[in-house]
Amino acid sequence: MRKFNLGYFIKEGFVSIFSHGLMSFAAVCMIVACLIIMGSFSLLAINVDEQLKQLEEENEFLVYVDESFSFQQVQQLMERVRQVDNVAEVEFITKQEAKAALVGKYGNNGLYATMPDEVLRDRLSVRVADLERFTETVDTVRALPGVANYRAESEVAEGFVTARNAVTALAYVLIGILAAVSLFIISNTTRLAAFSRREEIAIMKMCGATDGFIRWPFIVEGLLLGVMGAVAAFFLQWGVYAAVCRALTNSGATALFTLMDFREIWTRVLQVFLLAGSVIGMLGSSFAIRKFLQV
Amino acid sequence: MIRLIDVHKEYDNGTKALRGINLRIEDGEFVFLVGPSGSGKSTIVKLLTAEVTASQGRVIVNGYNLNNIRRWQIPHMRRTLGIIFQDFRLIEKKTVQGNLEFAMRTVGASSREMRKRIPYVLDLVGLDGKEDAFPTELSGGEQQRVAIARALVNNPKMIIADEPTGNLDPRRSLEIMTLLERINAMGTTMLVVTHARELVNRFSKRVVAIKDGEMIRDGQGGYYRA
Repeated sequence: MRKFNLGYFIKEGFVSIFSHGLMSFAAVCMIVACLIIMGSFSLLAINVDEQLKQLEEENEFLVYVDESFSFQQVQQLMERVRQVDNVAEVEFITKQEAKAALVGKYGNNGLYATMPDEVLRDRLSVRVADLERFTETVDTVRALPGVANYRAESEVAEGFVTARNAVTALAYVLIGILAAVSLFIISNTTRLAAFSRREEIAIMKMCGATDGFIRWPFIVEGLLLGVMGAVAAFFLQWGVYAAVCRALTNSGATALFTLMDFREIWTRVLQVFLLAGSVIGMLGSSFAIRKFLQV
Repeated sequence: MIRLIDVHKEYDNGTKALRGINLRIEDGEFVFLVGPSGSGKSTIVKLLTAEVTASQGRVIVNGYNLNNIRRWQIPHMRRTLGIIFQDFRLIEKKTVQGNLEFAMRTVGASSREMRKRIPYVLDLVGLDGKEDAFPTELSGGEQQRVAIARALVNNPKMIIADEPTGNLDPRRSLEIMTLLERINAMGTTMLVVTHARELVNRFSKRVVAIKDGEMIRDGQGGYYRA
């Protein structure tokens, strides 16, 4: 007597898919629909996160250097600023360079063109690594000796952080809800299949089948349905994503918002879809079969 | 071997199905369990197959104490039993061979064991040559023979037949009962739950009669009046 018959379980799982073809098709469609919705939200979240990361990289604050500081002292200050935790990059801007930038921005006819250089101060442009610690970093830097003043758009930085956290939280909540819905639907679909085979299950139990022996073919069936759904959903998701990218390009919106190339993320998407599809399929089947094992 | 010691069974809805049943069936015996509808016969079968548990008293089946049997032990206990139902309970989309393979596969039998055992059992029940027939292509008597073959195929110590002739005409019923007697003669303990008074009276076997959940008779042979 053999204890574990893997070949039999796989064969029964396959046979069951085809012998309940319509229900299997319905289950695969449900998995595809749920994965596409989950995948679309995840891709939106990934792209928003990517955009925010790019915006974060452009985020910086200015530190005005005490006018009494010599060039050597400015160099020392720069070094101290660099050593502050969370500082990614420090750039020294002379008052002349600052004025040139202002003139470049507002034109030669404006107030800045006739303004003497001495009105402005030498400054350091400081870029942070983690935007969530922006305010804390500004406070540390402005407390350093030689810092006369500073200008930091803390509200903008905090806005970025809030936006990113909100998008991430929303994506997690939606993914959680959709995963639960998928599980419920798959479980009900498999329960129908199990219901149509309840007589077989009862006979198996009376013949002395263990719960595991009865459950495994259903789990294999759930796994196969999950994998089929995941593969179908992956190609559909690819098509949808490519269509959205084309639409954005045609509308000229890419100047504001650029989507990541699908080829950069396809392996991650496929892995997540396969994992989610398999887990949803197997868990759904396990939940569905439990009731019928109580004989 | 079966032992029921002062067994009571009360269902959740308050129905008292059994009241102090004491019964001992030794290995190799042939016992008829008789009684009118609602007397508690089916409850005894459910107790013996561990579908329900006793509210009070002890139930021992083939060495398993069903009062404190663990869930994982129940399949192993059931493998010592062969169960035959009134409505045959065959899988219609499987052939006769397929139904027997299904029962053997359930307990982990290999293809080699199946090839060896199934022809022997089919020959024993008189269905040699019917391997490829589907249940719907067989008569009621033949379907019950398939059910008997399925019960026998895993070589159980005991067969519990729950109204095995309930769906059959008198001639087929006699054939089936004769077959069960033959199987018993080969050493398998037989507990036959039945309404069929004529059959019980025709076979001189031990008869246990219950009524309203109580045992009213336990004797060898003799005339039984429901």
